[in-house]
Amino acid sequence: MAIIRFSDRPSFRNPWSEFERMRHDMDALLRSMSGEAGVTGEGGTVYPPLNIFEDGDNIYVHGEIPGVEAEDLDVSVEGDTLLIKGERKARAHGEKVSYHRREIQFGTFSRAITLPTRVNLDRVAARSVDGILFITLPKAEDVKPRQVAVKVG
Amino acid sequence: MNEKELQAQQQRQVHAAGEPTKPGKQFLPAVDIYETEEAVVVVAEMPGVAKEGVEINLEEGVLTLMGERHNHDQKGKVLLREYESGRYVRRFTVSEAIDQEKIEATMVNGMLALLLPKVAPAKPRRIEVRGG
Repeated sequence: MAIIRFSDRPSFRNPWSEFERMRHDMDALLRSMSGEAGVTGEGGTVYPPLNIFEDGDNIYVHGEIPGVEAEDLDVSVEGDTLLIKGERKARAHGEKVSYHRREIQFGTFSRAITLPTRVNLDRVAARSVDGILFITLPKAEDVKPRQVAVKVG
Repeated sequence: MNEKELQAQQQRQVHAAGEPTKPGKQFLPAVDIYETEEAVVVVAEMPGVAKEGVEINLEEGVLTLMGERHNHDQKGKVLLREYESGRYVRRFTVSEAIDQEKIEATMVNGMLALLLPKVAPAKPRRIEVRGG
């Protein structure tokens, strides 16, 4: 399974992440047993949270970046490292504003991901739709899976 | 200049009191709520929700925000999953009198901004006391 293959690459994943995940799950379990508000959380600790998928031809990196303008976003690939940098700017509003709640954060971010295979740098595409960043990285020709015909006889 | 480094916020999952009819997880969107002299403004973080997927309700002083994520997420094998798709739901009790006719909502880049204008304060009415 691909996930196992990934954990073999220490530069990509924290070797303790599995233990952290377990601790997280245990915490969530304890919280739910002690009846503390029905809110549980999971996820990474580095912004932006990413989902990464792979099929035969491409690697897909999707990230949650609500409120980040496309011009404040910088996606680059160097060798087998994908770098996502950007800034989420604070909204401007007038004087005489009193806050009731303030949960949305602002600031700069930068995240580097080691890609599992080499990619075709010329054909990397990124777009941002409704606060989700979609990056498609076509795999280099020589690492694409190749069908091998089995001859009889 | 804001040089603060952004930290990932954990997705906060809620288990609604009432059982939802649709399957799928429900999450609490992070919000900013602020008040100006004329209005109450609610800003909610709903990545993955298109304009069409938002539903806003103000009924008997309870404001309900709902957002349905579009689902072009999963492709092939999963290598890493740090956020999940689902539905955003959050409710607030609004104590101020809101002019329901003038509520405005915009959805840009996964950020919902909701403007709830306050009802213009009633002019003080002087009641004359007449002598008998």
